[in-house]
Amino acid sequence: MKGIKKLILSIFASLFLISSNTYADNIKIATEGAYPPWNSKTSDGKLIGFEVDLANILCGYMKKHTCTIVEQDWDGMIPALKAKKYDAIMAGMSITDERKKVITFSQGYADEVASFAVMSGSNLEGIKTPVAINLSKGSNSATLNTLKKALAGKTVGVQTATIHQNFLESGKVGKVNVRTYKTQDEVNLDLAAGRIDAALAAAVAFTDYSKKSGKNVVLVGPTFAGGEFGNGVGVGIRQEDTGLVKDFNKAINKARRSGKLSELATIWFGFDASM
Amino acid sequence: MTSSFPKLLSATLVTLKLVSASLLFGIFLGTLFAILRTGKNKFLKAFSYYYSYIFRGTPMLVQLFIIYFGLAQIEYLRSSFLWVVLKEPYWCAIIAFALNTGAYTSEIFRSAFETIDKGIIEAGKSLGIPNSKIFYKIKLPIVLRQSLPAYGNEMILMLKGTSLASTVTLMDLTGVAKFIISTTYKPVEIFIVAGSIYLLITFVIHNIIKFLEKKYSFNN
Repeated sequence: MKGIKKLILSIFASLFLISSNTYADNIKIATEGAYPPWNSKTSDGKLIGFEVDLANILCGYMKKHTCTIVEQDWDGMIPALKAKKYDAIMAGMSITDERKKVITFSQGYADEVASFAVMSGSNLEGIKTPVAINLSKGSNSATLNTLKKALAGKTVGVQTATIHQNFLESGKVGKVNVRTYKTQDEVNLDLAAGRIDAALAAAVAFTDYSKKSGKNVVLVGPTFAGGEFGNGVGVGIRQEDTGLVKDFNKAINKARRSGKLSELATIWFGFDASM
Repeated sequence: MTSSFPKLLSATLVTLKLVSASLLFGIFLGTLFAILRTGKNKFLKAFSYYYSYIFRGTPMLVQLFIIYFGLAQIEYLRSSFLWVVLKEPYWCAIIAFALNTGAYTSEIFRSAFETIDKGIIEAGKSLGIPNSKIFYKIKLPIVLRQSLPAYGNEMILMLKGTSLASTVTLMDLTGVAKFIISTTYKPVEIFIVAGSIYLLITFVIHNIIKFLEKKYSFNN
């Protein structure tokens, strides 16, 4: 009996040692793997994309950490970070005030502009607006009114829990029927099938889909930045992990100075989206 | 936290609509295919056998995805009148759920048909009761009573199965719970509330079945 007790105790003790050991220098970085070109998966399940490459480079710079990249569904991304399933998020997550209430971000590493997209031939294709608007700067009421009129009664698809959903539900473009999807892939599928009249997401998400699928998806209206759309994409980190934020900031600085950051962005986006 | 209750309650309505519509269509399908299975026509017998085999043998999520995302890929379907129905996520979900529960229900009813004592039917025939009357007045009541416990189980499984509806953009109880969590970051509290609502609905279904079982008990 005594022997068994000792054995069980020592197993527990060793488990404790292992778990407390791995936490200190191995950090886990979560990505979605379903938001190309930011992050996606090959057909055999390997994670690829701008953020996967960038994460590997940043980890190379952060000498005291080793990294593992893990996959997480978008809608559980922040809760799982808070539950310590991983230590950082690199998943095309825009830095917004709303998210900053619960987590903290490193400096931005890339700029994301959002845009509406429709299938070629849609009557929304003709709307006339400026090329780009920034919701934090100047008055955009004329542009928003044009969109309000064009989108009245239309069904617009977005990925759930995104800045794009928040924007549509803010009422700035009137009352549209918002349909939410688990992944951007599913938004694209339903846009192509004609179930939704338009979709809103990162502009590159649509151009990437159009290029790969051969479907005639076109961007309409202005590109959006600022306001609900936040200010760039950064690494999401738990608020108490201030040390890790500093490490990431340093590594991002290094990647920027060496030119690696803009080089990667050009490879994956086709233009320099780094910041 | 408290502001999420009205949202969860209206989502409960969506869930209830989905369950009741699916069960309603499902019980018709189930009865039909159970009759075909126990009938004499070889072709119809095989057809209903493979229907239940396929729908019980594949995950409901896959069936839902094939109906929602898969059929939408077929250009021909999109330009046909069927698209009016298939365009709507609500109908796609009901079609998938009804076909699934129909398959299980047909198995439940079939086995109940097969347990009917041949002596009872022969007694009916010897009294000169017409076949249609034997079916409605003797076979069907026995089958329904025999199936009650298993069918109650299927109703509860279906209730929980509707949580898949959120994968095709329907904001049912699970979908809304997930959405609230993604904005409040409080998974424990919200899932416990959502789980309790499912439990409450199960409690009602369970007790209705229990009541019916007692009422139509063979031992009275």
